[in-house]
Amino acid sequence: MTVNMGPQHPSTHGVLRLVLELDGEVIKSAMPTIGYLHTGIEKTAEQKKWQQVIPLVERMDYLGAQSNSLAYALCVEKLLGLEMPQRVKDIRVLMAELQRISSHLIWLGTHGLEVGAVSMLFYCVRERELLMNINELIAGFRFFPSYIRIGGLREDLPRGFHETVTAFLERFPTKIDEFEGLLTKNDVYRRRTENVGVLTLEEAFDWGLVGPIARASGSEYDVRKYFPYCGYETYDFTVPTAIEGDVYARYRVRIAEMRQSVSLCTQALARISPTGVWACDDSRVVPPPKDKVYSEMEALIQHFLIYSQGFTVPAGDAYVPVEGPRGEHGCYVVSDGTNRPWRVKMRAPSFMAIQALPYIVREGLIADVVAVIGSTDVVMGDCDR
Amino acid sequence: MDAASVIATLQPLVPGASYEVGKSVDFATVYVPVDKLVETCQALRDTPSLAFNVLVEVTAADYLPREPRFEVVYHLLSVPNRLRLRLKVRTSVGASVPTVQGVWRSAGWLERETWDMFGIVFDGHPDLRRLLMPEDWDGHPARKDYPVQIRKTAQTYEPLEVTEAEFKANIERDRVKRTH
Repeated sequence: MTVNMGPQHPSTHGVLRLVLELDGEVIKSAMPTIGYLHTGIEKTAEQKKWQQVIPLVERMDYLGAQSNSLAYALCVEKLLGLEMPQRVKDIRVLMAELQRISSHLIWLGTHGLEVGAVSMLFYCVRERELLMNINELIAGFRFFPSYIRIGGLREDLPRGFHETVTAFLERFPTKIDEFEGLLTKNDVYRRRTENVGVLTLEEAFDWGLVGPIARASGSEYDVRKYFPYCGYETYDFTVPTAIEGDVYARYRVRIAEMRQSVSLCTQALARISPTGVWACDDSRVVPPPKDKVYSEMEALIQHFLIYSQGFTVPAGDAYVPVEGPRGEHGCYVVSDGTNRPWRVKMRAPSFMAIQALPYIVREGLIADVVAVIGSTDVVMGDCDR
Repeated sequence: MDAASVIATLQPLVPGASYEVGKSVDFATVYVPVDKLVETCQALRDTPSLAFNVLVEVTAADYLPREPRFEVVYHLLSVPNRLRLRLKVRTSVGASVPTVQGVWRSAGWLERETWDMFGIVFDGHPDLRRLLMPEDWDGHPARKDYPVQIRKTAQTYEPLEVTEAEFKANIERDRVKRTH
């Protein structure tokens, strides 16, 4: 029997469509159909100036927005040869880790909801609300702050930032205990997830899956450890791994990642002074301070040029990966030396996960498909771009 | 590991291939001749000193009006050796590139997307269909000569019409299946 799952199905995380070929309850084959959310962001980016691409790439992976903009900004900065001040790096680390917690919370909530633990969603969204408030504080926008810019950040941290983040970081570890209390030893949850959707490490790498899915199969690969960026090598953290490679192992890895993220955020926050530099001092990219614009001719001209023509980026190409919530978020940018990108390509971890989905669910039960989709943590905006 | 040492390691493994070092700001870039691509990838994956076991990304860039027009870009990752490598293959509209799906399974959709967006044909690919664009889409949108800011009328389909006879046959077919 052939069953259409999605594209309007609550467990398909947006608009993933699966055509399942069934024999009774056993899946003989699965064929994902994607592209319902394809908006041509990569093509649109070619028409924009370099800085204008930031809001576009944030809308790709809408749950891990700042991983996208971080990858893009680092990539363009690599082409420009910019080095960021330490404070900017620390704030970026803090933002990326808060984003990871935020994304993992939505993953945990929806995954729990799908396998029957409905209340998970309420608890997770309640915590995520606090992270949204932090976004609102720094940028006035709860989902896509566009706070990370090429050349640094949009502006300095607002008043009351440290207090808000500290309050969250003090509260959150007890909430992780609460989540774990609901699921980790829950018999129903474990029966739904243990030995379901098993993937070995070789298979994961062969399918291009790096990130939490591979780490649940025994990999220790994490971009933050293997190819450090933003000064991650100076932080004290571990990479959680598991060896079983099933849905339950992925759950444990992500829960442990949230704890590590809290530790990283605490370390980063301790390093960040409440006020200070928020951008590098390269006058090609960063507009001069407002008081200079009003008093100096050169500064006024520079300000005008940056906002009307944008800046140019030396010709060449670069690929920069960052460890996003779903795995390796990479950005490949080609410049032809003008003020607009020639090509922008994001490496989407969800795309690779959905490609491997038929392989993971083969010969499984139809009820397991829901658990497996949840465990791969796919975001269709990231997949379709 | 820089591009020159990658090439020095590869040269004895793939006889007759002429590699080129590409300019880059991040990690090694190697231009690979299109006819030696699969052998090169196989060697890159299986040689222990390289061991590029993950194909991270396949994409392309359109350098119109340059000829050959496209560059297919492969980003490789070696987890055991902590290395990254970029392979580039030059190709143009009439030509094709062999698929590397036999080396890394992840190439399947990545090549399919590249075909969808650029119209670059991957020889030997088992399933080269539209992936992100609708199945009946005209043209390849990521090409530089593809127009932007155009309006296309929405594609509509005739509703699926099933005659009474077909409907009954369908039911019957299902019923037979259910008995075993």
